[in-house]
Amino acid sequence: MLVNQFLLLGAFLFCTGVYGVLARRNAVMVLMSIELMLNAVNINLLTFGYLHNAVSGQVFALFIIAVAAAEVAVGLAIILLIYRNRASINVDELDLMRG
Amino acid sequence: MFAQLTQFESPPVDFFSLTPLFILVGGAVVIMLVTSLSPRPIPGWFSTAVSVAASAGAAVVAMVLWNDVRESGPYSTVSDAIGIDGFSLFFTVLVSLGVIATALVGDAYVRREHIAAPEFHALLLTAATGAIVMASANDLVVMFIGLESLSIGLYILAAMQFRRPHGREAAMKYFVLGAFSSAFLLYGIALVYGTTGSTSLIVIRERTSSLGAMVSPSELLIVGIALLLVGFAFKVAAAPFHFWAPDVYEGSGSPVSGFMASVAKAAAFAGLLRVVVVALGANEGDWAVPLAVLSAISIIVGAVMAITQNDVKRMLAFSSVGHAGYILVGVQAATAEGMSSALFYLFAYTFMVIGSFAVVSVIGWDNGHPIERYEGLAKRRPWLAGAFTVFLLAQAGVPMTAGFVAKFLVIKSAVAEEIYWLAILAMVASVITAFMYLRIVMAMWARDADVDDAPRLAVAPATAFVVAAAVAITLVYGIIPDSLIEFTRDAVPALVAGN
Repeated sequence: MLVNQFLLLGAFLFCTGVYGVLARRNAVMVLMSIELMLNAVNINLLTFGYLHNAVSGQVFALFIIAVAAAEVAVGLAIILLIYRNRASINVDELDLMRG
Repeated sequence: MFAQLTQFESPPVDFFSLTPLFILVGGAVVIMLVTSLSPRPIPGWFSTAVSVAASAGAAVVAMVLWNDVRESGPYSTVSDAIGIDGFSLFFTVLVSLGVIATALVGDAYVRREHIAAPEFHALLLTAATGAIVMASANDLVVMFIGLESLSIGLYILAAMQFRRPHGREAAMKYFVLGAFSSAFLLYGIALVYGTTGSTSLIVIRERTSSLGAMVSPSELLIVGIALLLVGFAFKVAAAPFHFWAPDVYEGSGSPVSGFMASVAKAAAFAGLLRVVVVALGANEGDWAVPLAVLSAISIIVGAVMAITQNDVKRMLAFSSVGHAGYILVGVQAATAEGMSSALFYLFAYTFMVIGSFAVVSVIGWDNGHPIERYEGLAKRRPWLAGAFTVFLLAQAGVPMTAGFVAKFLVIKSAVAEEIYWLAILAMVASVITAFMYLRIVMAMWARDADVDDAPRLAVAPATAFVVAAAVAITLVYGIIPDSLIEFTRDAVPALVAGN
């Protein structure tokens, strides 16, 4: 199997996610970038699971999917909280505290 | 077609060893069920009482298990996924004590700030469960689940101060950076799994230590270790991955900040010690120097940045970054002595920091914690000022306090490993940070305040009890530290398979 290609795909997706978290201004886009990073990890785990001929990689990926869903639920709730008060979800405007 | 399915055999589970976890989760379930099903409103003290009772129960069971482990040795259960050894039981006791203190301080706090008491306490208990799972995990999957139940609980706890703009901002920043760092940690875990072929820490240690041929390619393992270090450095708030800490500590409620600085930091250090230092101990050459550098940067950033702050909560946040650096001094030594000194530091720091934030929660009755508010506190509330002085001096590392013994032990472990530059840096920086702590002490004792806000400074009995107990622990372990040092010497992770 083309293990290297899948690992490179995972690395590329992870870097895209990192770029998205750092560069995007919209909080929902930041959330989606984090999801992208987690899914890059899933691709890696599935590839390695196939490589070692073990199911543990797939099981781990399932756990990550479940936990990511819980995390997104909390994240969206926090974003909603901010949107209700400011009618904006630009992360650059969150600058009350600095120093 | 069903005959082809293999029979599923559940692994043998030693339920008694998992009792602390069951008690804590059970407490959270009881709180949520009773308060939501009861026809009449349940008073706030009920939730506090349940969470204190549950954590006390967990700590007592952990002590019973501790005696078992001392007599018959450490073991693993749930097909080697959960390790019951001195290390995990030490953290069970530490986390339970942290929850008791936070719940008692939070009791008056949630009433004053109109925060929902049942949710606050239930989340404390679930987050604490995650912290204990992290400290006892013998498997990377289990550790990840523990880390996430701790983190998700903390995201919501940080967001409970949602009526204030600072609280909302802190919750958002904590969530984004927490999830970001979890992803780095996971990528590291995936690479370690890929190169060693197992998620079990026991197997990983065997395959990395016995022969390098079983790990391929080893470059990928080094990248995995680097990503693990980045993830854990985020979680323990070590510089240069600390930039979330000041904002989050400032914006969250003071008891929650204390919980983050004590229990969450301790759990992250437990994960770091178990995964990197013990399971990947054979690769010491790959992580010891990076950890020493992280430690040095944290100590410098913590010392320099804390001096420039004018907000007491931000000062405590930067001092917490510095303390993470000191604990890393013990961790990077990678010896049994270094590990036990790091555990001693975590134990001592937990009570200093929860006590400090308890005092801050009393004085900061509205938004903002400028140092001016502490001026003349010694005249208005001499006992409170005295207790805060003890906590600050202990954090500065003044002799006769647990903070001094902790700093002495970590620096000693670095000297024993002949890492003199880090030991000297740690000693010099502790003098610089002392200036910041003394600034608060001077404001309290030497200056007079014009404002008379004494009537607002009501100290609830539960908060006063936590502050007094934390002072007692800080002073007792500063004068006679032997029993705690012995406790931490026995608390080394074992990573053994089987029952």
